[in-house]
Amino acid sequence: MSTTYDEALANYEPVFGLETHVELGTVSKMFCGCGTTFGAPPNTQVCPVCLGLPGSLPVANAMAIESTIRIGLALHCTIARWCRFARKNYFYPDMPKNFQISQYDEPLCVEGYLDVEVGDSVVRVGIERVHLEEDTGKSLHVGGSTGRIHGATHSLVDYNRAGIPLVEIVTKPVPGTGALAPEVARAYVTELRETLRALGVSDVRMEEGSLRCDVNLSLNRVGATEWGTRSETKNVNSLRSVERAVRSEIERQSEVLSAGGRVVQETRHFHEDTGVTTSGRSKEMAEDYRYFPEPDLVPIAPAADWVESLRDALPELPFERRRRLREEWGISALDMQAALNAGAVAAIESTVAAGASPRDAYKWWMGELARQANERGVEVSTLPVTPSDVARISVLVNDGKLTDKLARQVLDGVLACEGSPDDVVAARGLEVVSDDAALGAAVDAAIGADPDAAQKVRDGKVAAAGALVGAVMKATGGKADAARVRELVLERLNTDA
Amino acid sequence: MPSITRAEAAHLARLSRLALTDDELDQLAGQLDVIINAVARVSEVADADVPPTSHSVPLTNVFRPDEVRPCLTPDEALAGAPAAEEQRFRVPRILDEE
Amino acid sequence: MADLTQASARELARLIATGEVSAVEVTQAHLDRISAVDAKVHAFLHVDADGALGAARAVDEKRSRGADLGPLAGVPLALKDVLTQKDVPTTCGSRILEGWRPPYDSTVVRKLREADVVILGKTNMDEFAMGSSTENSAFGVTRNPWDLERIPGGSSGGSSAAVSSFQAPLAIGTDTGGSIRQPAAVTGIVGVKPTYGGVSRYGLVAFSSSLDQAGPFARNILDAALLHATIAGHDPLDSTSIDAPVPDVVTAARAGDVTGVRVGVVRELNGEGYDAGVRQRFSEAVALLTSLGAEVGEVSCPHFDYAMPAYYLIAPSEASSNLARFDAMRYGLRVGDDGTRSAEEVMAMTRAAGFGPEVKRRIMIGTYALSSGYYDAYYGSAQKVRTLISQDFAAAFEKFDVLVSPSTPTTAFRIGERTDDPLKMYLADLDTIPSNLAGNASMSLPVGLSPDDGLPVGLQIMAPALADDRLYRVAAVLEAALALQWGHALIEEAPAL
Repeated sequence: MSTTYDEALANYEPVFGLETHVELGTVSKMFCGCGTTFGAPPNTQVCPVCLGLPGSLPVANAMAIESTIRIGLALHCTIARWCRFARKNYFYPDMPKNFQISQYDEPLCVEGYLDVEVGDSVVRVGIERVHLEEDTGKSLHVGGSTGRIHGATHSLVDYNRAGIPLVEIVTKPVPGTGALAPEVARAYVTELRETLRALGVSDVRMEEGSLRCDVNLSLNRVGATEWGTRSETKNVNSLRSVERAVRSEIERQSEVLSAGGRVVQETRHFHEDTGVTTSGRSKEMAEDYRYFPEPDLVPIAPAADWVESLRDALPELPFERRRRLREEWGISALDMQAALNAGAVAAIESTVAAGASPRDAYKWWMGELARQANERGVEVSTLPVTPSDVARISVLVNDGKLTDKLARQVLDGVLACEGSPDDVVAARGLEVVSDDAALGAAVDAAIGADPDAAQKVRDGKVAAAGALVGAVMKATGGKADAARVRELVLERLNTDA
Repeated sequence: MPSITRAEAAHLARLSRLALTDDELDQLAGQLDVIINAVARVSEVADADVPPTSHSVPLTNVFRPDEVRPCLTPDEALAGAPAAEEQRFRVPRILDEE
Repeated sequence: MADLTQASARELARLIATGEVSAVEVTQAHLDRISAVDAKVHAFLHVDADGALGAARAVDEKRSRGADLGPLAGVPLALKDVLTQKDVPTTCGSRILEGWRPPYDSTVVRKLREADVVILGKTNMDEFAMGSSTENSAFGVTRNPWDLERIPGGSSGGSSAAVSSFQAPLAIGTDTGGSIRQPAAVTGIVGVKPTYGGVSRYGLVAFSSSLDQAGPFARNILDAALLHATIAGHDPLDSTSIDAPVPDVVTAARAGDVTGVRVGVVRELNGEGYDAGVRQRFSEAVALLTSLGAEVGEVSCPHFDYAMPAYYLIAPSEASSNLARFDAMRYGLRVGDDGTRSAEEVMAMTRAAGFGPEVKRRIMIGTYALSSGYYDAYYGSAQKVRTLISQDFAAAFEKFDVLVSPSTPTTAFRIGERTDDPLKMYLADLDTIPSNLAGNASMSLPVGLSPDDGLPVGLQIMAPALADDRLYRVAAVLEAALALQWGHALIEEAPAL
């Protein structure tokens, strides 16, 4: 912990809030039938509606409405019985109509929460609202340095993204997390992402921009009852950045306040490269969005029985699932947290389903495989090994067909795409040598080769057997079961140990 | 009664993205003031218990199925563009803020 | 056939269907008429002779194949330049859209094509339909065929002038606050604003989305009904389109009957400010209805006095948002892009150069009415007035089947007479606005020439939403009785050009 950060927390209580934008995974856009494929050539997924051509009209995507309601239900929200879209009016070249169809004072879902685990404790993050809107196009800034807007001479706009359904999830202010605020913020986004993934409503790829965060933060002087002025940091687009942005704003605001300054209510921009935020637009300069009910779309009135049927059909949510798995697997909250952070929960669960014990499955995925993934710099779930491969290896070990060392070699073979574990065992000849006759000869040879060690064992210094076992293992290329070798050594040398 | 000052007219012009001349602003401020004063009467009958009407059709839940429909070709999409480059709409530089 | 341009749409369709004349001959006769008189009238902004003759040839070929022809097959029509027609210039009477060729057909145009109606070209209009005289067109005024020094009404003045000067037997207009009915009234023809949601708005360049409605112009009631039936019906591309059978307006127009029909004369839509000649012709028409068997009574709609102020808040508010898309980025005019100016500056310069004074005025009013701090007093209150007006209509329609009033307080005024006084100009829509605010069906039909100035006077009939057929049932009887009285149709008294 840096001095600045510690000092900030000695004097101030951070209060944060998060606004998360999620692109829904519908096949067509929010208000027209254009496709939503990521990375399509520019302006190939556009039509009169999403280009905002004169005369075009929006018609709402039923699946987007349903997905938003399901998100609201998963976040324990109340679903509006009647609500409307509204126009948010402001000019920007990537927004074809110069208004965004959004929701204003009548969001689809309100008043919910999401439980978030940090270490051994659970923080309940309140959800203010969940609403549906449309995404904007994307601008390419030309003529400046490295595509930055600053210094560009002109921009090139692609409207493929314009009109993709976007759900905005807004938390209530979260006080009381103290020094853990950055971690809680990150854990919230992680948990939200897992929840959205479980619902199957979005691919939640932060690197492709399908999940984006704005971080609001204010500092209260410790003991004060009034909340401080908040800043709103945009463009926070990775889990790590969420954590860094919160921390950076705590430090920055604390420095401003400690120097006798005043925090300005403003929009700030987060820079991934430096990890700091810089000032954007101050609230005094803010647009007047002139919201009013969207006259081209009629109100939404979700039928109560439909909402209930959606609620009944919700999948098991990650928080509940983890609680169940922790019990089934007999692991601590911290171990579960580690598995969650590593993205290994689903793999472990499938491995157990494929026949491995929970302990072994956890050990493989969070041990050897996590190490391999780390070396390769990838998520463990993307390694070229299936949960059933891992389960099979675990079974071979438990049956005494593989030693741990051999098992790691088998795994290497699978990861090198040499085939299934059994294929690798056969191809590499990795089966444990369990034939006592063969082993007996190797043991006799080892005793003959190291009479000193043999004598020590006979004299009762059982520890000296290690050298003989090692020699046998070496002679068999590691394919022998070390425990059995040890038994044979001790038998031969007539000890009762 | 509201009155539209010239400063307010200038603010509205900025919000509306209209680069009006000083003469236009002078003239419009006066006209807007007259018009706004004339229409302000609506508040005389707009009691709190009257629900507002945003849509005159009594429709709800008009949705389309989540299905992909044919798009325009990029040529069609860009045909009316004042300037295009790399299959994109070319626009003047965008100010460094939202 | 002596002069094909004098014939009704129904008669032309019959002649074409029986092969007495070809669709090409009919189209050519109208193109010739346009060449002969439109230099004086200036009803058209764009004449699509090639497209029209091509469509006519297709009708003739279809007939020669023995295919069934629809009731308006081969009949020429003039289209208000606010509806998109693929690849044909659509300007909305504005410099900002000069040269724009939409890449898609409006639903109205699609239906016209499917019915084999021949579209002659695009007609002049007040810029973005904002006006009552067509003087706000960026491309010059349109003149009233009855008196070339007078306005043809607006905003659909090009369409009303085209039909009343026999350049087309039919035209499409749009009516946001009276823009079909008022021009019909002052040019002595029939104009209908269908029930809101009855005709798709897809491809109708929006002025005020919650009020805009496209509808027919014709020189007689049955022709209007045939066109109404052709363009009406549910459209999945317009969320506000009503998914219900279209009222059978054609049968109603063929079988007019007012026996026992309860006709309410709206007290608030008459009296002070109305021309004596208008009042006289209106009273005579009401007396005629009584003599034909209608049960006529007076009804009060107290909140109609607030319709105009509510309209001049709602329409500009929606317009300020609808017209934001004209920003020089994707289509239309671009001014001031010298390589140094920002997008924001180019937007503002283009909009200042591309919009006329009335459009700027309404954008500014709308922006004001939606601004935070003013929303409740202006836009919010106007929406409440809208409720009160709907309630007045509902109460009146409990006692009466239809309501009637003069269509306009005065006959056609002189060009330039009201251009310096926006409020006086707005009075032209005094009678027509309530039906737009409530969304019900309404029509204007000619009931004589004012004894003051010899100019046409219109009577407005209003029916409940989805009861458009009542308009035609009452109007057909009145039309027949008046023709009997006069010995001919009123339009035959129009001066030769």
